Amino acid sequence: MKNNLQRPTRSAVCLPKCPTGIHGLDEITNGGLPRGRPTLVCGGAGCGKTLMAMEFLVRGAVQFGEPGVFMSFEETGGELKSNVASLGFDLAGLVRRRKIVLDYVYIERSEIQETGEYDLEGLFVRLNHAIDSIGAKRVVLDTLEALFAGLPNEAILRAELRRLFRWLKEKGVTAVITAERGREQLTRHGLEEYVSDCVILLDHRVHDQIATRHLRVVKYRGSLHGTNEFPFLIGEDGLSVLPITSLGLNHKVSGERVSTGIPRLDAMLGGRGFFRGSSVLLTGTPGTGKTSVAAHFAQAAAQRGDRVLFFSFEESPNQIVRNMRSIGLRLELPVERGLLRFHSARPTLCGLEMHLATMFREIATFKPAVVIVDPITSLLVAGTDSETKGMVTRLIDFLKGERVTSFFTSLTHGGHALQQSEIAMSSLMDSWLLLQDFEGNGERNRVLYVLKARGMAHSNQVREFLISNRGIDLVDAYIGPSGVLTGASRVAQAAREKAEALAGQQDASRRKRELERKRSTLEQQIAGLRSEYECEELELRRLDNQAGARTQVLTAERSELSRLRHADGIRAWAGKPGKTQTKDQR
Amino acid sequence: MRTKTVKRRASGIQRRREKLWQLRLYVAGQTPKSLAAFSNLKRICETHLNGCYSIEVVDLIDQPELSRGDQILAIPTLVRKLPQPVRKIIGDLSDTERVLVGLDLRPAN
Repeated sequence: MKNNLQRPTRSAVCLPKCPTGIHGLDEITNGGLPRGRPTLVCGGAGCGKTLMAMEFLVRGAVQFGEPGVFMSFEETGGELKSNVASLGFDLAGLVRRRKIVLDYVYIERSEIQETGEYDLEGLFVRLNHAIDSIGAKRVVLDTLEALFAGLPNEAILRAELRRLFRWLKEKGVTAVITAERGREQLTRHGLEEYVSDCVILLDHRVHDQIATRHLRVVKYRGSLHGTNEFPFLIGEDGLSVLPITSLGLNHKVSGERVSTGIPRLDAMLGGRGFFRGSSVLLTGTPGTGKTSVAAHFAQAAAQRGDRVLFFSFEESPNQIVRNMRSIGLRLELPVERGLLRFHSARPTLCGLEMHLATMFREIATFKPAVVIVDPITSLLVAGTDSETKGMVTRLIDFLKGERVTSFFTSLTHGGHALQQSEIAMSSLMDSWLLLQDFEGNGERNRVLYVLKARGMAHSNQVREFLISNRGIDLVDAYIGPSGVLTGASRVAQAAREKAEALAGQQDASRRKRELERKRSTLEQQIAGLRSEYECEELELRRLDNQAGARTQVLTAERSELSRLRHADGIRAWAGKPGKTQTKDQR
Repeated sequence: MRTKTVKRRASGIQRRREKLWQLRLYVAGQTPKSLAAFSNLKRICETHLNGCYSIEVVDLIDQPELSRGDQILAIPTLVRKLPQPVRKIIGDLSDTERVLVGLDLRPAN
């Protein structure tokens, strides 16, 4: 069991590969085409077969030091040279330096009369000569099917083709054979019968007036390969198959935080802004200031020294710069410093995949730390919902893989129901901000919510979103019994509250003064009473003293009297009744 | 191996055209097909051209670079260089009728 599992992996490693150098194709095929074997590239007219074959050859000669032979049955050498010159391939120079041999095979049925047995040894000799003349490692036959049109005897032709592919294998050259797509089979003349090591199918489909090219590795004997249909495009530097191999969720994450450029928004996001390398979705109805938020984010990134790539699908770069100047952002400065690059295109310019590929290429060349897409919903017109989601998934995965912080704005139409449509996209995002309009009291105000922010404490509060000529500011919206108040009504409410507070304050101080007055009155009364009491006390004491003195005087007088009367003092003092008697008697 | 045979007979009995017939036979080695083609060609020329012709045999094994000039794919191929226009006849020339049609010696029907 274990051996069984290991064997395919080992063979995948062992099978020698011939790198094509074409963006993305080597990733899909795990390293390139099978070395020393023929590969069939089939597809309808205008799919890019010839171009792919040519790029394989040119990149082989330039990047991998493997000379090649291009045997063309359709286009002359001159035509080929001028055709690929627009893609930046210096074919003429390569031919001059004997890196590439162009051999145009002309075959015209009307000029040929068949008179018995023959074989295609001439073709073999010719190819052999071309290969040996420059020591070619790569061969392209474009397209062999012209032989079917040019030579009448199909039986001989088929036998010879079988021999040709065997011969190519023996020769040890890596060959690419192109063929026209057939109705029911891969190729019109069933070439896949002979070339069975690797078959690549190219396709060009039009959906809603927008054409998209696709590539699929139908078969790759002895190797692992991506089996999906991969979009590809023919750009200014050749073919590129979209590098979507890393659809796994295994990218490294960063704990670093990046500022949004709006201090209060940072505060709402746990005080420090977004995570670096995370994806942010900003949804909002028209005119809520999505681009302004994006521009703030861009400027903050540029001020940190990060490179920012701004994809705009609605406005031209100049227009954005001009408009942002009105809110105090000078985006032309980072543009001049090379930290901010705009890429503007109409969404209807090309298919979704083309857009995606263009974005990939821009990102790969500019290597930004922050990517802004404004708005992502514009691309919906270029594809269906599921396609857009797939595209956004790939874009986000790609950006996360590159640890690029991505900021997508998304346009919603008023009302809560349509907010639903964003849900599919929002699940891919790490943070989701919502800008909304509040209408009332004859005005329209913007509010901002943080709907989600993965991995950070974030505010659940609604903030009023103000755009002034100094930029964006967030203020606390008034939340009271009558609901959320914003704009003028918030200001009015604040004024009302201030007035109420002032009145209350005045009332309190008045009452305090009154109390003070009462207290002082009472104190005065207390003081009066006390002085009255003191007077009375003084009087009482005086009377007391008087009484005391009188008693003393009386006693003294009595004792003097008794002394004078020679009364028995002791008896007189001992028997009170006697004394009283005496007194009374007196 | 290289075979080069030039035959010229100025005094033909039934000269079909005033011009000289210039023929070139491409082969690749002395295969049975090549040999058959050469002998068939000689026979036909003797019979129908009656003198005024030249045959050049090119062996691509020796001169592979020559295959490009006349756009040779099939072996053997007979090329009528003159008179113009150039005609190509492939195969071992065993079907005499078709060779004559190919050489424009007989109208195709």
